[in-house]
Amino acid sequence: MDMMTAAHINSLLAAMVLLTAFGMLVQKRIYGLIHLFTWQGLFLSLNTAVVGYVASQHHLYISSVLTLALKVIALPYILHVLIHRLKIHKEVETVVNIPTTMLIGLALVVLSYHLTSPIRELSTLITRSTLAIALATVMIGLLMMITRRHAVTQIIGFLAMENGLFFAATSATYGMPLVVELGVALDMLIAAFIFGIFFFHIHTTFDSLDVEQMARLKEDE
Amino acid sequence: MSFYYLFVELLQVVLLLALAPVFLGWVRMVKCWAQGRTSAGLFQPYRDLAKLFAKEVLLAENASWIFRFTPYLVFGTAVLAGAIVPIITVDLPLSPSADVIVIIGLFAIARFFTALAGMDIGTAFGGMGSSREMMIASLAEPAMLMAIFTVSLANKSTSLSQIVQVICTTGASIKPSLAFALLAFVLIALAETGRVPVDNPATHLELTMIHEAMILEYSGRHLALIEWASAMKLFLFVSIGIAAFAPWGIALANEMLSLPLALLFLVLKFAVAGVGIVLIETGLAKMRIFRVPEFLGAAFMLATLGMLSFFILD
Amino acid sequence: MTAMVNTSTMLLILLGVPLVGSAILAMVGDRKGAAELNIGASLATFVAGIGLAIEVYAQGPMLAGGKFFFVDAFNVYLAVLTSFVSMTTAIFSRRYMEREREHGRIGYRRMRFYHAMYQLFIFAMLLCLLTNNVGVLWIAMELATLSTVLLVSLYRTPTAIEAAWKYFILCGVGIAQALFGTVLLYFAAERVLGAGGDSLLWTNLNAVSGSLEPTVLSLAFVFLMVGYGTKVGLVPLHNWLPDAHSEGPTPISAVLSGLLLNIALYALVRCKVLVDGSTGTHRAGDIMMGFGILSILVAAFSLLRQKDIKRMFSYSSIEHMGIATFAFGLGGPLATFGALLHMLVHSLAKSAIFFTVGHASQMHWTQEMDRIRGLFKGNPLVGWGLMLGALAIVGMPPFGIFTSEFLILTATMKQSPLLTPFLLLGLAVAFAAIIRRVQSMVSGEIPQHQVRMKAAHVPVLLHMVLVLAIGLYIPDVLHQWFRTAVELLK
Repeated sequence: MDMMTAAHINSLLAAMVLLTAFGMLVQKRIYGLIHLFTWQGLFLSLNTAVVGYVASQHHLYISSVLTLALKVIALPYILHVLIHRLKIHKEVETVVNIPTTMLIGLALVVLSYHLTSPIRELSTLITRSTLAIALATVMIGLLMMITRRHAVTQIIGFLAMENGLFFAATSATYGMPLVVELGVALDMLIAAFIFGIFFFHIHTTFDSLDVEQMARLKEDE
Repeated sequence: MSFYYLFVELLQVVLLLALAPVFLGWVRMVKCWAQGRTSAGLFQPYRDLAKLFAKEVLLAENASWIFRFTPYLVFGTAVLAGAIVPIITVDLPLSPSADVIVIIGLFAIARFFTALAGMDIGTAFGGMGSSREMMIASLAEPAMLMAIFTVSLANKSTSLSQIVQVICTTGASIKPSLAFALLAFVLIALAETGRVPVDNPATHLELTMIHEAMILEYSGRHLALIEWASAMKLFLFVSIGIAAFAPWGIALANEMLSLPLALLFLVLKFAVAGVGIVLIETGLAKMRIFRVPEFLGAAFMLATLGMLSFFILD
Repeated sequence: MTAMVNTSTMLLILLGVPLVGSAILAMVGDRKGAAELNIGASLATFVAGIGLAIEVYAQGPMLAGGKFFFVDAFNVYLAVLTSFVSMTTAIFSRRYMEREREHGRIGYRRMRFYHAMYQLFIFAMLLCLLTNNVGVLWIAMELATLSTVLLVSLYRTPTAIEAAWKYFILCGVGIAQALFGTVLLYFAAERVLGAGGDSLLWTNLNAVSGSLEPTVLSLAFVFLMVGYGTKVGLVPLHNWLPDAHSEGPTPISAVLSGLLLNIALYALVRCKVLVDGSTGTHRAGDIMMGFGILSILVAAFSLLRQKDIKRMFSYSSIEHMGIATFAFGLGGPLATFGALLHMLVHSLAKSAIFFTVGHASQMHWTQEMDRIRGLFKGNPLVGWGLMLGALAIVGMPPFGIFTSEFLILTATMKQSPLLTPFLLLGLAVAFAAIIRRVQSMVSGEIPQHQVRMKAAHVPVLLHMVLVLAIGLYIPDVLHQWFRTAVELLK
């Protein structure tokens, strides 16, 4: 595989990551969201492996396998189990104002492009142009967490944001040092357990996973 | 040389006029096969047209000149567009005079007059069809332009002939921007040509029809012209798609001798495109009219993503 | 060589005790003596912290564990403070949590969880402080958040769960920005230091900060500021803080307000040093000053509207973190000295206040200030503790906060006099808001619903005496220490 092909595959996978991010932004069904999230993880894992191969950064293979295990297998599985146990698989979220959300998402892509332009100019890596996509994925995850009202959706937004961060590390620097990657993965795993516990708490306390219900702590003075 | 130009120009128009109904027949035929029905044959659209031409024109009492003028205009714009889009060769004398934006403009004119004609008689269905058509148009056209711009940026020209020339001479490469643009283009083309899931060309059910509602009052040769024009529109959208995304096999500049080969490729590509349309149409259910904006919004988003990823990734 | 070994051992004890303690407490469960074990572990941590501090005081900054850890005057003083406050909080929590359980607010299994997570939280904070790796700093910060999220929702009331969810989500979002900032930092470092784990070591980065790309570092700082700033609770990223700090058990409120905010600020300051070294301008400082001033003013005016006692003091934490952030942003020896001192005294005073607040709300079984009355008569220690703590926290002489705020104000007048009125306005409003409320709570007759109870004396007294002592006289050791830290942060 020569550099050009690798760069093409890299940008294609980056585009797919971005596409799944947008898909998540507008997806209403919870299972659909999890599937999109799984796909995003898969693209990310593939991309990491490709970059690792081209740049002969062998620690990226470990990251790639880690991503595959955590984001394509473990987290979607945990989410599936939780949703099954909580019996919320039929819930369809009312997403407000999809066109506006999409337009904001597009604006965020432009913003990310603008923000990362100094880095693109400095960097010599073949992955440099995907950094903008990575930041956009982070921002779209953030947007998802703001616009959605369902606890599971917010968590998926959070995880998508983390995907973006991982992607950013791969694009900007061929991945963070291994100790950091491992630590971040560990944190994600702990976070997954915590939100799992949370779903149960919220569900038993509020009888729903709609976080709109949680509005008691307002400044009501 | 100028004789050659005249020849290919005429050839294109004749091909368009001749092949458009055949392509429509092909799509219907494949659809019949897919649904396990006996098909009426490849040339049924011709027979329909011949029948309509033979019939007398019935006009409503209050029909104005717009109503009578529209079929000719719609037909004319389709033929003119066919003279610009490179179907079998890029050596079209008319193509430098008009780029792809003009083609979209031609379709817009046709659509505008069809909508006016739909309202002209004053029946409820005509007005409803017109309003729905305009709603779809208002959403589809920006998306269409966005997708076309992406292709133009990638190939540094807005002229379709030029785009084809560039693609064929530089060779293939996987570009995310083009992939996004292609996806968007397919969605928009389905909406623009009134296919499932946006509209259903085979229905006269009042709640769902869009295009059929506008032309409900037409009869005789007027209806024949409109039907022919919409067959050409479908044919042209497929041609534009092929030209912008997969033009290989077309006769390039000064390649007289490859015309027969180009014709062969053309037939093959259209055969495949027909199967593709049928697959989409049988795979999807017609969506409610209120969901069409979401559908076109997705197309717009894809087209914009294509343009953005052109800047970011390519 | 012996010194090196010594330092490594100290570090090992300092970090190992809370980690092992957490595991043991998780296994021991809620038997008799779990709370005492918790205190014991914290005490051992504190002793190790003191040992490490002496080591550093004698020999200056040092690296340990294959450059993985780095100890200098700045972080070791925070490590000692952290281990000290976590020890006193453990003492306080023994009686407090016992009473919560008697009252049926939590069960036995949650007590086990509480103790294990408490130690894990201390471990995370100490790791934050002592690690030399900017990436590990981020990981430890996230760990500190994660270990406290479920402590905030310990009571499982709707409000507690809401608060914890907010804490989890907003801090998660914030900290993600910090990770992006860290990636950018690594990008800049890699160009100078080459790839590999060593490029993220703070000492290495600091050594070459002059040649790091300024545009990248400026961009990185924006993300780091937003990320760690969320954890510091700076306005407008503060929404989670009053909820999280007021809905959890009081010992957790005390360590969150008293310690975790400091740790986040520490991370921010470490990053600022790098950015300043690279850009050579004061831009990072300006951003911090902006956030600081905004936090002071917004928090001060929010204080006026509070009805819940813990919420009120949470807003006060935002205000004080604003002051410290502002002072670090201002820069210069005087302001930095003031900021360091402020972190110390605020931490001591605020945790003392939370101790008394915890008792006061247990006496009335409410956190609503309108229903808390007659503390002087009901329980003089709680009453006076709250009153003096409040006086200290609003910056009355002779307490230590007065000294630090005075230093910061003087530096402000010297360096950017135009901002002084805003600072003074914030302090004055906060003063009025807190004193007005506290006065009505401590005075008056004992209300019907008040219950008598024994309070934990030691922690409150210890903290208040220290705050007072620092206000009256800063010992030479401390002075010298801060001087060194100020040098480091220049």
